[in-house]
Amino acid sequence: MKDARDALMVGRNTDGKLVRRPISPHLQVYKPQMSSVTSIFHRITGCALGLGTLLLTLWLITAASGDSAFSVVQAIFASWIGILILIGFTAALFYHFANGIRHLAWDAGHGFELPVMHRSGVLVFAATVFLTVVFWAVAFLIW
Amino acid sequence: MDSLDHKRAPAAPSPTIHVMRSQLGRVRGLGAAGTGIGHWWAQRVTAILLLPLSLYFVASVLILEGASRAGMAAYMAEPWNAVLFLMLIGALFYHLALGLQVVVEDYVHKESSKLATLLILKGLIIFCALACAVSVLKLAL
Repeated sequence: MKDARDALMVGRNTDGKLVRRPISPHLQVYKPQMSSVTSIFHRITGCALGLGTLLLTLWLITAASGDSAFSVVQAIFASWIGILILIGFTAALFYHFANGIRHLAWDAGHGFELPVMHRSGVLVFAATVFLTVVFWAVAFLIW
Repeated sequence: MDSLDHKRAPAAPSPTIHVMRSQLGRVRGLGAAGTGIGHWWAQRVTAILLLPLSLYFVASVLILEGASRAGMAAYMAEPWNAVLFLMLIGALFYHLALGLQVVVEDYVHKESSKLATLLILKGLIIFCALACAVSVLKLAL
């Protein structure tokens, strides 16, 4: 092995034998835990929201450019597939929002204890469902 | 010297290390380039900014639900709304660029592909950010 990073993946097992250590996190063999699942979801929702910014761009550009383009975009957003996509978008937004607060609390040094971390994770999922339901209840009431 | 050393001797053929480099040298060569802290801070600062701004965005979307172009223009013509939308666009796309950069750096290992992916993504993000900002200004003014 010639690569410095490969070399650092070599370690001794308990017999003193040199072995190539596994590269973490090995999603397919790890048991899902609150810490890993919320972390993966944070990344997935972040990427999904990145795609969602394309919808935001489309919305604003057509609103600024012309009636015909804007009415097409509004019609797509109001179609059942559009609503389905927007529900996913809002759920991703609320998840990333709630778990983002959790991350900021960790950055400030709070909430690292395992029971607290577990509870805040449950809270994030609950908040996501709650905020998404409230948002769409209000949206359909206005509609 | 003591018996423990003998027990820890490597047994059968196993991976060997040919890298003639000290750990310190490795750290100096491949470690932080000195800009990691700036990236980390910017991600946190934009995250904090986005907490109120994303709630404002969600409220705006509900207010503008089914709005006509004239309704959108009337909303953005309110200076508060235009300014808040511009702040949202700035913080959002900056935060997105920082976040996607980390994702790309985690999964794309080939140096040339990594550079190309990052440049394309950042170009796209700047394009979308400018398109959003110009649209808001056009609606507002």
